[in-house]
Amino acid sequence: MRPRTSISRFMSDGWITTRRNLTKIKRVPDILVFTLLQPIMFVLLFTYVYGGAITIPGSNYTEFLMAGIFAQTVVFGATYSGSAMAQDLKDGIIDRFRTLPMNDAAVLIGRTNGDLGINFLSVLVMMTTGFIVGWRINSSPLQAIAAVALLLLFAYAMSWVMAFIGMSVRSPEVINNVSFIVLFPLTFVSNAFVPADTLPTPLRIFAEWNPVSALVQAARELFGNVPPGTPVGDTWMQQHAPATVVIGAALLLAIFIPLSIRKFSRVASR
Amino acid sequence: MAFIEAHGLRKTYLPKGAPPVHALDGLNLEVPQGTIKGLLGPNGAGKTTAVKSLTTLIRPDEGTMTIDGIDVMAHPERIRPIIGVSGQYAAVDENLTGFENLEMVGRLYHLGAKASRARATELIELFDLVEAQNRPVKGFSGGMRRRIDLAGALVARPRVLFLDEPTTGLDPRSRLALWDVIRSLAGEGTTVLLTTQYLEEADQLSDHISVIDGGKVIAEGTTNELKNSIGGARIEVSVSSDDEVAIARTILTGIGTSDAILATDGRTLTVPVDNAPAALASALGELGTRGIAPLDAGMRRPTLDDVFLQLTGHAATLDETGDDGDKPKVKKRPRRERKVAS
Repeated sequence: MRPRTSISRFMSDGWITTRRNLTKIKRVPDILVFTLLQPIMFVLLFTYVYGGAITIPGSNYTEFLMAGIFAQTVVFGATYSGSAMAQDLKDGIIDRFRTLPMNDAAVLIGRTNGDLGINFLSVLVMMTTGFIVGWRINSSPLQAIAAVALLLLFAYAMSWVMAFIGMSVRSPEVINNVSFIVLFPLTFVSNAFVPADTLPTPLRIFAEWNPVSALVQAARELFGNVPPGTPVGDTWMQQHAPATVVIGAALLLAIFIPLSIRKFSRVASR
Repeated sequence: MAFIEAHGLRKTYLPKGAPPVHALDGLNLEVPQGTIKGLLGPNGAGKTTAVKSLTTLIRPDEGTMTIDGIDVMAHPERIRPIIGVSGQYAAVDENLTGFENLEMVGRLYHLGAKASRARATELIELFDLVEAQNRPVKGFSGGMRRRIDLAGALVARPRVLFLDEPTTGLDPRSRLALWDVIRSLAGEGTTVLLTTQYLEEADQLSDHISVIDGGKVIAEGTTNELKNSIGGARIEVSVSSDDEVAIARTILTGIGTSDAILATDGRTLTVPVDNAPAALASALGELGTRGIAPLDAGMRRPTLDDVFLQLTGHAATLDETGDDGDKPKVKKRPRRERKVAS
């Protein structure tokens, strides 16, 4: 059907560009295979390499670790939005889109939706791997669903941040370096892999105010992986982790959706 | 009011640590409905910047543009449904097939699913891509990519077609086929603005040519008017010493319709003539009587370089690769000075 109203046109444009990204996954399945193998590798490496050496008071390492791996993986998964936007600019297809009577936001929506889908698959794969190595959900199904939803919400917000960065850098290669330099400290200097109170003071302060720590803590709580005695930071963010994640993601979206759309309508191919 | 009008377009880029680049420096264009306008100029002249401005991709710093009376900068959303654009680079999705690329473009023009598929099929046939239509574009040759991109520009049967160096990278057969397509579109009332570095292409296709350099129009007219102003065919003679150059220059200037011009190699002289074969024969004859055996001698049609020499006194400095676009460059392109006998 020919879409008639501006809202149905907008939905149609968003779907057409999402479908474009899904077709890419179909044509280049390697992307998906490696995107999903990587979290499996992380689960196994951390569980079996560090699991024996790191003891978590009140908990065991596998139980402690899984939320950290989930958070790290979805945050890194969001970077794909950035490199894909940079690549589209380099290929010149953004010029084609921008001369079409389509909604300016559609390409970005298609891109971030595609990454949301991939991140959802990653989480399912990691949860399955987790079950195999002995991780358990000790909460209600509703809480577990809320944990997955928070992980995806935060990653979705990060996708919009990375899409903006992707349109601002000079080449697709740069975006990988940027994400490496920014996201590694953000995910490692956190409570994802070790309790924050084991870190030297400056790093501990950073970790306790780090939004990724809030995401990890929120997922841990909602999966029921915080048995009594597990160390939890005393900052407001750590004490109210799920609320922090919702507020943080909402802030990022409120800032970066308009910024990215504005950027898109001004960029020219390189 | 012409269908496409642009007045006083200016666009300046400020590259870091380099002098500002005036990509557009007061460009004016008028294209009547249903005609083909050729924008002729070397790389860096501002052709691509002009096309990007008219197709809503970039915003000039100054100037006004209208298409069918619609203000391009104020209402890009009203311009986009009526234009088709094919840029210098094939703007296609590598992972989609040829058919899927065209269908996607149709859907984004809001033609509807069924009409988009039908139009994609039509264009695939028109551009001779039936066998390749279900392969991802990644495996296409350069010429096939260009054809898919051009087909993309035609999906919505645009009222105005912008083609930025449409035949760059095409083999001669595809080039001729594309010329036919462009002519028939114009015959059906489509207004076409195309850029080219090739005088012959502008000559073959355009009703009207604007020669641009340094971001502004330096000459314009119908192809005949322009040709008359630059003269017809050339003869070219290379000799082996400065003494011979001096003698040959006198001889050639006597034969030609204007002064002979010495190329930067200091040995090759060119002069426009009326009857090239006869002029070449008499030039060789006269050189022979003075005891000069040219290293090389021949006749050729005028090129963009000749147009530029004639109009500006400097050569066009064509980039050999031909695909450099006219993005702001840090280095100002070197300009060869015209060398004329004193």
